[in-house]
Amino acid sequence: MSEDAIPQLSGYSEAELDRAFAAISREVAASAAGLQTPEAVEQFRLQWVGRKQGRLKAISDAWLKSAPASAKKLIGQRFNTLKAEIEQRLDAADSTKHDGAFHADAIDITFPGGRRNPGSEHPLIKTLNELVAIFQRMGYSVGVGPEVETDYYNFESLNFPPGHPARDTQDTLVVANQDRKPLRDRLIMRTHTSPVQIHTMEQQPPPVRIVIPGKVHRNDAADATHSPIFHQLEGLCVDDNITFSDLKGTLDHAMKELFGSSVKTRFFPSFFPFTEPSADVQISCPFCGGKGCRKCKYSGWIELLGCGMVDPSVFGFVAQKQPAYDPKMISGFAFGMGIDRIAMMKYGITDISLMYSGDLRFLEQFA
Amino acid sequence: MKVLTTWLREYLPGLNVSDRQLADDLTLRGIAVDGVFDLNGAAGADLGANDSLFEMDITTNRVDAMNHYGIAREAATIYGLMLNPLETLLPAAKPGPGHPVRIEEPALCGRFTARVLRGIRVQPSAGIIAQRFALLEQKLISNAVDATNYVMLAIGQPTHAFDLDKIEGAIVIRRARKGERLKTLDEIERTLDPEDLIVADEKKPLALAGVMGGWDSRITPETTNVLVEAAWFDQISIRRASKRHLLHTDASHRFERGADFNAPPVASAMVSRFLLESGGHIEGDFIDVVIPEVEARTATRSSISFAVSEVRRILGPTDDPEGITASTAEGILAGLGCGLQAQAGEIYDVTLPSWRLDLEREIDLIEEVARVYGYNRFRNTLPAFAGSVVELPWAEKESVVRHTLLALGWTEAISSTFCAAADAELFAPQPNSAVAMGNPLNEEAGMLRPSLLPGMVNMLALNLNRDVEDAALYEMGTAFSGSTEKVDERPALAIGATGRAFGSADVDFYDLKGSLESLLAKFASRSLYFDALLLPAWLHPGRSARAALDGSTVAYFGQLHPAEAERRKLKQPVYVGEIYLDRLYKQALGQPVARELSRYQAVRRDYSLLFPDSVSWAAIEQALNGLNLVELRSFAPSEVLRDAKSERIPAGHFSLLLGAVFQSNERTLREEELQQFSRRVIDALEAVGGKLRAG
Repeated sequence: MSEDAIPQLSGYSEAELDRAFAAISREVAASAAGLQTPEAVEQFRLQWVGRKQGRLKAISDAWLKSAPASAKKLIGQRFNTLKAEIEQRLDAADSTKHDGAFHADAIDITFPGGRRNPGSEHPLIKTLNELVAIFQRMGYSVGVGPEVETDYYNFESLNFPPGHPARDTQDTLVVANQDRKPLRDRLIMRTHTSPVQIHTMEQQPPPVRIVIPGKVHRNDAADATHSPIFHQLEGLCVDDNITFSDLKGTLDHAMKELFGSSVKTRFFPSFFPFTEPSADVQISCPFCGGKGCRKCKYSGWIELLGCGMVDPSVFGFVAQKQPAYDPKMISGFAFGMGIDRIAMMKYGITDISLMYSGDLRFLEQFA
Repeated sequence: MKVLTTWLREYLPGLNVSDRQLADDLTLRGIAVDGVFDLNGAAGADLGANDSLFEMDITTNRVDAMNHYGIAREAATIYGLMLNPLETLLPAAKPGPGHPVRIEEPALCGRFTARVLRGIRVQPSAGIIAQRFALLEQKLISNAVDATNYVMLAIGQPTHAFDLDKIEGAIVIRRARKGERLKTLDEIERTLDPEDLIVADEKKPLALAGVMGGWDSRITPETTNVLVEAAWFDQISIRRASKRHLLHTDASHRFERGADFNAPPVASAMVSRFLLESGGHIEGDFIDVVIPEVEARTATRSSISFAVSEVRRILGPTDDPEGITASTAEGILAGLGCGLQAQAGEIYDVTLPSWRLDLEREIDLIEEVARVYGYNRFRNTLPAFAGSVVELPWAEKESVVRHTLLALGWTEAISSTFCAAADAELFAPQPNSAVAMGNPLNEEAGMLRPSLLPGMVNMLALNLNRDVEDAALYEMGTAFSGSTEKVDERPALAIGATGRAFGSADVDFYDLKGSLESLLAKFASRSLYFDALLLPAWLHPGRSARAALDGSTVAYFGQLHPAEAERRKLKQPVYVGEIYLDRLYKQALGQPVARELSRYQAVRRDYSLLFPDSVSWAAIEQALNGLNLVELRSFAPSEVLRDAKSERIPAGHFSLLLGAVFQSNERTLREEELQQFSRRVIDALEAVGGKLRAG
């Protein structure tokens, strides 16, 4: 039987029609057997559904057109089924063709990605911003002050009298050629951020709520935990009703925000010339939950900051310019913490000098 | 400071808490015990052991607690115990006049006692002194010297033993004369300053008062006759002498913090008791010269008023709802040695103990009450606040700059505040404006940094030296200028990059320029331009630029001058820039405004032209902008070829492939219009020297 020959229908009964269509279907299946190449697929498509020579059209012409009206519906149904079968085979052959081609284009997805690295925030700046944000949520504004200070603002107005042994704890780096000036006017690198307390109060009557982040300098020998350059965050809160309990509550809250709500604080008497009473604050070790680990030297506690109630003498110095700071009428607290220490603790940094080295191998860990 | 608990317990017979507990209780009251070491040697430490060594950290204001008796006194207050009195009973003296003492500087020496012991034998210490010094790792010298040290450790009062036979005539406490010399016990021959207070005899200086004794009048094995000095010296005078002679001693440490005016006679008796254990006798009257004015401002200083209401105002609520009552406060202060006289309405008149010169004001007493009561018994409260949070005016700009740089791939670094003098000169924005330090940390830190560039170049060098070849860093911080009279500070920003910091190609000028363009685009001004005017000496003169915004210079950047790179032995080119944040912060941040988007097709046209090398992109840009063609949406160089080897590019020329995009907001552009636009673009480019290339 030639391909082109369309067999004659033997009759129009359903059984006869089924037989005739089944024969064609077998022919379709046979010619679809080798659809592996695009050429074969095209050949199959032309053979069966080609617009002019397609066998489907020939069948339609031969069987449907000449059929009696009563049989047209029966032939039409079977014809549609046959057409769907041919299209399905074409579709299948087509998708095989495409996927095959795509597989040939496959890439090695295990190669490294074209990574675009943003820069890394410095761990100190990251910690500093976190701390500032905590206090901003508690109503604190942010202040700044100069890194080069006069002796008056760095020491005297903070109740470190000239010649006082408390000055020994903060060895200063001094600007050249200061010897001829009166002591109070001599320029030094600020040894703490506390002078900004004085500047702030001189400029602004109470109430004051301010945090002051900044760089400070001391003439100290460098080692793994000490750097002559380091950073502090200072806080000051003054109003007509501020108590030591408020100081405790404020720092307790801030430490819980920074290290998690399960952290506890405890306060020890200490000494700072510009606060009285003065306290050192310890937090329960956030790494071991207070059980004792390497980070807390197995004590369960870590000393983190110094604080106290603003000493009336400090208000006295401020009142020379801003009389509203009358220690009989107002009170306040101040606190200060070393940002470097907190950052070192948070990120497990063991050598403070790395933070001031610019060594990219260190910095890029904090991306 | 090291403290033995057996020694403390000698003064506190009623103490029945463990050493560990004692350490905790003292620490909670500000007498900090940093370490507890069990002296029984049992590893693992028996927590109940009562024979320990405490390593203590006493704050500078508490000189009264820098000795065993003082710490015992604190413990007595904590536990409400009685303190054993000190043993000061002495055998009767052989009658006669005491050694004459003359105080010529009554303001600096408020009290001076002298006792003469004759016939004593100088020998090694034995007994309790030897035993305790061994545990404290305190050097044993001789019974006479050890006794003075022991008494200082016991009660904090420095004393001194002179060889009486070396003293010529009366003891005189006076200032040194110009040029006078004294060999001190450390065997250093010192030239005394006329400000120095000295203990002298009629002929010569004997000791630097309150700081260190003299070599020539020291106790030697041959000494048999001794003069025991116990005195009270002014804090500031001792501190100055100690600083002047770089001589910090246990004695000066205590005197400069304020000694107990009443302690000298007690200390003298204690020292004498030890010395007489080796034989000998006291001869003559005990001399005790007291300056009443000094006594009146120390031991018997005026009482102060103390109101319990102030305690509550400053300290706030406690866990105990009753809070701090008058009787609580009274108990605490009395325990510390204060005398309290009740006035009306819970107000007291308080006399102050001679050993606590740090107590001067009501607030000092409030602190004592808080300290002894226990800080952790106060409640944690939060103050009410009705104000608003005020941001620094530049806070948002600083944050935008930081986050833009981070997003662009620059990593933040922090470098030293100081730099070497040569770097200060090279990188200072203004000549001769850098400020020198008086006591620099090291040679390379002699100047306050006038710019952040010295640190930046050092950090890049450090990375290159450690084989980190790809780096892009920035630093934001303060730069300093002015003079040693007045130092000005400005916020500054430095950037520096090298290697393949931003991808596969080496960092070049355009990486920095692009970052700057992105950064400056965050600000409102659209008048950014770049030129190469007045480039600073640290920049490569041909690969660097100035950026100006609204006519004001906001940055210099480019390749570090090759001579500088070579001087620093940098193995590859580095690109650096300084951005003047102070000027940038004067600019407003840009406020994004949404514009209408065109619904019509955008058409791209490419033009290939040849230009003489003298034509800059700026000229091309200007020519095209000059067309004022609204439909010319954008244009950019897609390819620039300067390769002289290429036959298609004549020498002294470059080829430019320019891509232009045309689009209208109102309609689809017609072919005739596009042709006309292209013609105008080509005409403009030809007008600045371009020649359209065929094909």
